[in-house]
Amino acid sequence: MEHTNEMSIEFDSRSCNEGFARVAVAAFLTQLNPTLEEVADVKTAVSEAITNAIIHGYENQVHKIRIECKIAGHELYLTVIDKGKGIEDVRQAMEPLFTTRPEWNRSGMGFAFMEAFMDEVVVVSEPGCGTEVHMKKTVGNRNHEFMD
Amino acid sequence: MEEMFQINGTDLVVKVPRELDHHAAEKMNAGADRIVERKNIRRLIYDFGKTEFMDSSGVGAIMGRYRNISLIGGKVQVIHVNERLDKLFHLSGIDKVIEIKKEKSWNKVGNQKGD
Repeated sequence: MEHTNEMSIEFDSRSCNEGFARVAVAAFLTQLNPTLEEVADVKTAVSEAITNAIIHGYENQVHKIRIECKIAGHELYLTVIDKGKGIEDVRQAMEPLFTTRPEWNRSGMGFAFMEAFMDEVVVVSEPGCGTEVHMKKTVGNRNHEFMD
Repeated sequence: MEEMFQINGTDLVVKVPRELDHHAAEKMNAGADRIVERKNIRRLIYDFGKTEFMDSSGVGAIMGRYRNISLIGGKVQVIHVNERLDKLFHLSGIDKVIEIKKEKSWNKVGNQKGD
């Protein structure tokens, strides 16, 4: 049986919680003995998903965002859940540079960054029902000789 | 807020915060826009020397300022980026229109791409 460990957190969709969410996930990740680059990758992905939930999912209204994390072996499973407005066209939303909010200084690179820094990104969304972003990444899977 | 912005003639130097996410970008953008509206700024210089974290909000911030200042013939420069930030700027494609420098180089004139 593979070693597993889980944690979840739920917090208000306020932009001041973006840093908290990144650091909380990064702290949970330390048990996998990640490289600095892996920590930065996961922090970026968390930040993108949370920002999407705040700006697009909840349109800056304050509701709850939930993060679920699971570690199994060297795999990190990370899910970011909001109960906001959902995404009409997930494929279009994930295209680099696509944004519904250019006037709000959005680059349209959120999903592209998640995909660049995580091994897998799956978005489950339905208009009116919210969005779940499921991400997976292999972390700390270096040769044993370098780990001591 | 005061120390985030330095005005040198027609240059506005923005000292980018340690962590540039959506939360920090909103404050930085509001401050920069206020100064650009009131003063005769022709060059925006973003100094990432102290920045350890950035997400796509940082790219959006720079793209947005670039769009606005280009309309009045101004420029945007990005300096002191680390390897990580350089990768993010490259992934976003913003390095095709704005010169991204790892070193401090904003004293040089006319080194922006795409004019």
